Amino acid sequence: MIKQSLSRCLLLSVVTGAAMLVVSSTATAQSARDYISIVGSSTVYPFTAMVAEQFGRRGSFKTPKVESTGTGGGIKLFCNGVGVQHPDMANASRRMNAGEFDTCKRNGVTDVVEMKVGYDGIVLAISKSAKPIKLTRKQVYFALAKQIPDPSNTSIMMPNPYTKWSDIDKSLPAVKIEVLGPPPTSGTRDSFAELYMEAGCRTFPWLNTLRGLDEKRFKRICHTMREDGGYVEAGENDNLIVQKINANPGALGIFGFSYLDENSATLRGVEVDGVMPTFETIAATQYPASRPLFVYIKKAHIGVIPGIKEYTAEYLSEKSLGAEGYLSARGLIPPTKGELTGLRAGVAALKTFTP
Amino acid sequence: MSDLELTTGPTTAQTRAKVQASIKRRYRAEMRFRAYGLFATMLGVLFVFLLFFSVFSKGWSIFGQHYVKLDVFYDAAVLDPSGTRNPDTLRSADYQALVRASLRAGFPTVEGRRELRELTGLVSSGASMQLQRAVMQNPTLIGTRDDQWVLASSQVDWLLKGRTTRNASEDERRLSDAQVTWLDALQADQCIERRFNKQFFTAGDSRDPELAGVGGALAGSLLTLLVTLLLSFPIGAAAAIYLEEFAPPETRVTDLIEVNINNLAAVPSIVFGLLGLSIFIGFFGMPRSATLVGGLVLTLLTLPTIIIASRAAIKAVPPSIREAALGMGASKIQCVVHHVLPLAMPGMLTGAIIGMARALGETAPLLMIGMVAFIVDVPQGIMDPATVLPVQVFLWADSPERGFIERTSGAIIVLLLFLVIMNASAVILRNRFEKRW
Repeated sequence: MIKQSLSRCLLLSVVTGAAMLVVSSTATAQSARDYISIVGSSTVYPFTAMVAEQFGRRGSFKTPKVESTGTGGGIKLFCNGVGVQHPDMANASRRMNAGEFDTCKRNGVTDVVEMKVGYDGIVLAISKSAKPIKLTRKQVYFALAKQIPDPSNTSIMMPNPYTKWSDIDKSLPAVKIEVLGPPPTSGTRDSFAELYMEAGCRTFPWLNTLRGLDEKRFKRICHTMREDGGYVEAGENDNLIVQKINANPGALGIFGFSYLDENSATLRGVEVDGVMPTFETIAATQYPASRPLFVYIKKAHIGVIPGIKEYTAEYLSEKSLGAEGYLSARGLIPPTKGELTGLRAGVAALKTFTP
Repeated sequence: MSDLELTTGPTTAQTRAKVQASIKRRYRAEMRFRAYGLFATMLGVLFVFLLFFSVFSKGWSIFGQHYVKLDVFYDAAVLDPSGTRNPDTLRSADYQALVRASLRAGFPTVEGRRELRELTGLVSSGASMQLQRAVMQNPTLIGTRDDQWVLASSQVDWLLKGRTTRNASEDERRLSDAQVTWLDALQADQCIERRFNKQFFTAGDSRDPELAGVGGALAGSLLTLLVTLLLSFPIGAAAAIYLEEFAPPETRVTDLIEVNINNLAAVPSIVFGLLGLSIFIGFFGMPRSATLVGGLVLTLLTLPTIIIASRAAIKAVPPSIREAALGMGASKIQCVVHHVLPLAMPGMLTGAIIGMARALGETAPLLMIGMVAFIVDVPQGIMDPATVLPVQVFLWADSPERGFIERTSGAIIVLLLFLVIMNASAVILRNRFEKRW
């Protein structure tokens, strides 16, 4: 009995398996998608997801699907073409560049609307149990670059000799340089290299001119982090970096402002160029290391996929990005009032973007 | 004779002493070897315990959740000023205003925008949704007064679960001193209750920790595994039967296939994700993030494992069974279906379940096909977008909000439970049906 039922069971599953194959091959002619599909940056993901949830709760449209693929991967998917199988929007923690826009155009995605949704500060933070520290971006560059200009002759590069903060400047504490940050695959790392390392680098005139002449060489000199233990790649997960600097007072961590905001009980921001990283200083663009965050919208999908216009309106509404909005409460630094009005008008009129 | 004894006597004694000495050495070696083994086992057990301790210590509290009792007045002027009871009007009404009004009635001394915002911060932003659901289900509530238990906010839950103390600084508590006083007043009125956290198991994802649940991910995992099982088991079993029973033995083609299957079992899983992206989504145009595509990719991933396990199970059936069947006049197919397969089935099922358990824990290939996503709605079918349990763990672990620490560990507990059930069923199947020769 058991034997027979077992073999019958197998036969049955063979049949259902074959049926599934048929179903899956006919699934190619998929029906129209009735929810918005968004891909892209993991930094923008929590905010876009928050808006998606609020938007879905209102009940007039389905909750949009938000994928966390990273900025580059997201834009690639977004630019793959027009049609329901391609995403409608892309989150980006930097501006779409000309090369990406060309790919978009080649695949038929000619009209793209850019929506700036706010700013993110790249902060340096230290445990509250350690002594507060104030840095300039030049000092950060000296602490973390693999090669620095020789102090006796600044046109020659030499390996980074500094092991303690006090080696860089007498006023800094005599503590070993140890900074935990993201690996090169992360968008936060790109922004850090641009906002801190480049800024420090460009205080040397010949490096500043090199930037225009040989950008590749400039990036190699200025973006390369030291590998002798001063800079520790602590993984993509920002929560992990937070835990590690809590366990290791004296070490600095690099992450997005929302993590500092959420962990304000145990962490303290490092003053950079005389400005503390706070909600207000980043919003007022006083804090030197902040980057804009974007959402890109595919114009051809508006009207095909229901709710795109309404979703963008929700994103830019007072309820989300206003001073007491739910996105501001979660650590997104909104565009200024004037910017917001311009953005609302631009997005409503579907002003197309050119890089 | 005696001479002989004299010459051999000491030699036997010597030998004996030598053996005696060597026995000691051998015992010592054996003890050492055993100690190594014991040490290795203990180390393994220790790490498992550490894992369980770390997960359960952070996640045990997930099974409870605090609720706040609100005395809600379903004000017709707020919900339905025109009095038409139009579902669209009711759906888009300002339910947050009811929550605010109800809390304010409890604390009439609260004044000013800031204080009011702090007061409404005691309950979850999901409270208004709960009221909306109640009214939509039963519009006769409008104009009446009713008690509603709504979710407390994540910060309140965190404090009441003892994760932080009342004496901590406002920064650390993330609740202001005023909020703590109100909370104490509510507790004194018995308006706060800890209940079993049912919605953690039924709700989909949310950006509010107190509203987020593993229901969507659990359904996604089940649907994905169902597709995987229905495809990979029959295909794997059929391939194994063909290779063991029908394929011409030891030709170059058979060898080639065998080598390739073994190789495939060792290919990193992300490669299958890329394959799935280009074939199922790129070429066949299936929808991104659908459990169907996830199941297809995981089928590719588990097939080699299932084929190898099934072949081993078929090989273990003694040739005498086949010879007897063929000798009694059974055809080759009858021999396989009636005799070999039923005997090999327990082993094949065990292989399939172990393959499924591996598929359950995969995240890397799913990243490529869009299943690492924020999805609120619980999937209803295999074409719906969904995420799976390990992906949910990954997404929550990366969230800045503190309340997600507990959720992450809770999701890991659910995942471990799922795995234990699957592996236990593999053991039970084997013990129940396996035949030893």
